[in-house]
Amino acid sequence: MTALARRAFQPGELRRRAAAGDVKLWASLLILVWAAVFMIWQGLGFAISIGSVFAIWAILAVSLNLVVGYAGLLSVGHIGFFGIGAYAAAILTSNASYEQLRTEAIPTFAWPFFAALPVSIALVGVAAVVVGVVLNRFRDDIYVLVSFGFAIIAFNVFLNGRGLTRGAFGVHQIARPAIGGWELTGELEFLILLLVFLALTVAVSWLIVTSSFGRVLTAIREDEQAIEVFGYRATHYKLAIWVISAMLAGLAGALFASWTSFIDPNSFILLESVLLVSIVILGGLASIWGSLLGAMAFVLLEEGMRFLPFLPAEYVGQARQAVLGILLVLLMLFRPQGLVGRYRL
Amino acid sequence: MNAPDDRNGAMLLELVDVSVSYGPVRALNEISLGVRKGEVVAVMGPNGAGKSTVLKAVMGLAPVVGGAVIWRGRPLAAATHEIVKQGIAFVPQGRRVFTHLTIQENLEMGCLYLNDHAEKQRRLQTVLDLFPVLHQKRRDLASQMSGGQQQMLALGRGLMAGPDVLLLDEPTLGLAPIVVKEVFANVAKISHTLETTIMVVEHNIKGVLDIVDRAYVLNMGRVVHDGTPDSIRETDILTRVFLGKVDGEP
Repeated sequence: MTALARRAFQPGELRRRAAAGDVKLWASLLILVWAAVFMIWQGLGFAISIGSVFAIWAILAVSLNLVVGYAGLLSVGHIGFFGIGAYAAAILTSNASYEQLRTEAIPTFAWPFFAALPVSIALVGVAAVVVGVVLNRFRDDIYVLVSFGFAIIAFNVFLNGRGLTRGAFGVHQIARPAIGGWELTGELEFLILLLVFLALTVAVSWLIVTSSFGRVLTAIREDEQAIEVFGYRATHYKLAIWVISAMLAGLAGALFASWTSFIDPNSFILLESVLLVSIVILGGLASIWGSLLGAMAFVLLEEGMRFLPFLPAEYVGQARQAVLGILLVLLMLFRPQGLVGRYRL
Repeated sequence: MNAPDDRNGAMLLELVDVSVSYGPVRALNEISLGVRKGEVVAVMGPNGAGKSTVLKAVMGLAPVVGGAVIWRGRPLAAATHEIVKQGIAFVPQGRRVFTHLTIQENLEMGCLYLNDHAEKQRRLQTVLDLFPVLHQKRRDLASQMSGGQQQMLALGRGLMAGPDVLLLDEPTLGLAPIVVKEVFANVAKISHTLETTIMVVEHNIKGVLDIVDRAYVLNMGRVVHDGTPDSIRETDILTRVFLGKVDGEP
C-alpha cells in the first residue's frame, strides 16, 4: 500500500473526510451499510446468493474498468468474452454420459473444472487478440460501435453454433469444481471460491494499475499521441490490457457457468454488456474500489427491488432496468465521474 | 551560449528538401534546414508558415511526401515511438503533461522504456536539480501546477529521455509575459548546463532571438531567410513576413 493510501485509511483522516462531506467516503459507507443491513434482514442463504452474484459482476466490472477506466477505451463487447469463457468451460467439463441422452449432443471432454479453467481463459485470450487487433484500428465512437458489433457476433455464434453450444437449448449440468475428491456443491463453498478469484482479480488489477505499465495506460487515456512521442507503442499497450481484461472476463464466465450449472445465449445478450458498462460508470472510472462498489450497488438494487411491496413481480425486471437507467442519467448530470471515480466518461 | 567544437561543422539533424502535404494542402515545400551539435536554433514565422510541421516531420507525425530527414548523416526512417530512443526528444505544443499523474510520474514517463534503474534515477536527479520547483512539488498532481510550471515539467520530461537534440514546439504559447521570460531562461539554462542541442519553434520573436545561435524564418512552407539573430534584426524580413509582404519564394 502506498504512503498516500495508508494516510487515506487512518482513522483521523477518515473522520476528517466524513466531516467534510467527502462523497466518495459517504457513498462507500452507504453501500456497505446497505449491503450489511440487507443481508442480515434476508438471512444467510440470501446473503450467500447475493454474494455470489456480486463476486461474478465484480470480477467483470474490475476487468472492464481496466479497459474503459484506465485506458479510456469504451467497449460494450465485454459480454462476448464472458460468454466465450462460460461456453469454453461448459464444453470442456461437459459430461459424455449425460450428453448421450441429448438429441443435439455437443462435443464432450469431461475435464475437471480446474483443468478446464486455464484453457478456457487461454481461449478467451486468443479470441481477444483477434478482436483487439481489429479494434486497435479504431478510436472513439467507431471503437464503441465495433465493440458493439463484436457483442452481437458473439451472441449469434452462441445462438447459432448449435453443434458447439446447443443454441437456444443451452448447456446443462455444468460441472462444479472439485478439489481432490471434494466437490464444491455447497453454495457457501462456491461463494468462498468466487471471493478467492475476486481477490486474485483485484490483486492482479491493482498490480497492473500501480505499475509503470498502468501509468502508461493512464497516459494513453489522456494523450495517445504524446505517449508515442515518448517512445511507447500505444497500440501494443492497448492490446495488452484488452487481452488481460478479456481473460479476466473469461474467468468470470467460467465461474458463472459452473455456479449456475446452466448457460444459454440469453445470459450473454448486449443488454448485459450495457449493464456492465453502467456498473463501471456507476462505481467510477479508473477505480478498482469503484468497480466493487458499483457491482455491489447494482446487485443490491437488482435483488432489493424484489421486495418492494407495491411492485408486481412481473414488472420487477423492467423496473430494475428503468431505475438503473434513471440512476445513470442522474449520475451523468450531477456526478459524471461516478461514485468514487477519477475521470469523467 | 556555450560553444562546442563542431558548431560550424556538419548538421546533427537536418531536413533536406522536405515536403509535407496534408491532402491537397502543401504545408512544407522542399524545405532545408538543420541544427549542429550544441546549437540552439529557432524556427520562426507567421501562423500557417509550417513551423510546427517541421518538428512533426522529424517526429514522423506529419506525412512527408518528399525529401529526407537526416540524423547523424543518415536518413531517419524510424517510427515515432523509436525516434526518442535514437536521441531526439520532442516537447509538443500546449505542454500536454499528464494531468492525472504526479510531477515525478510525468518525468518518469520520459524514460520509462529504459531498463537501467540507476540511469533513470540519475536523469531524474539532473532534472530536479535543474528545476528546483519540480523537486519541491514532485508528489503533486500535474493538474495542480500553473501554466509556467507545466511548461517546466514538459521540458523536464523531454530531458528525461537523455536527448542529443530537444525539439520544442511553441514553449511559450499561452503563457503570461513574465512566465515567457522564465521559459526562455530555462531553455538557455538547458543549453548551458546540459549542452543539449535545441531546435525551438517559436512565435515570440523578440524573446527567442535573445537565446538562439541561429534562426530560420519560414513563410508559406518555405525558408525565406536564415542567419544569426543579429543578421535577422538588421533586416526587415520579419516585418515583411508578418505583414504578408513576402510570399513563399526565398
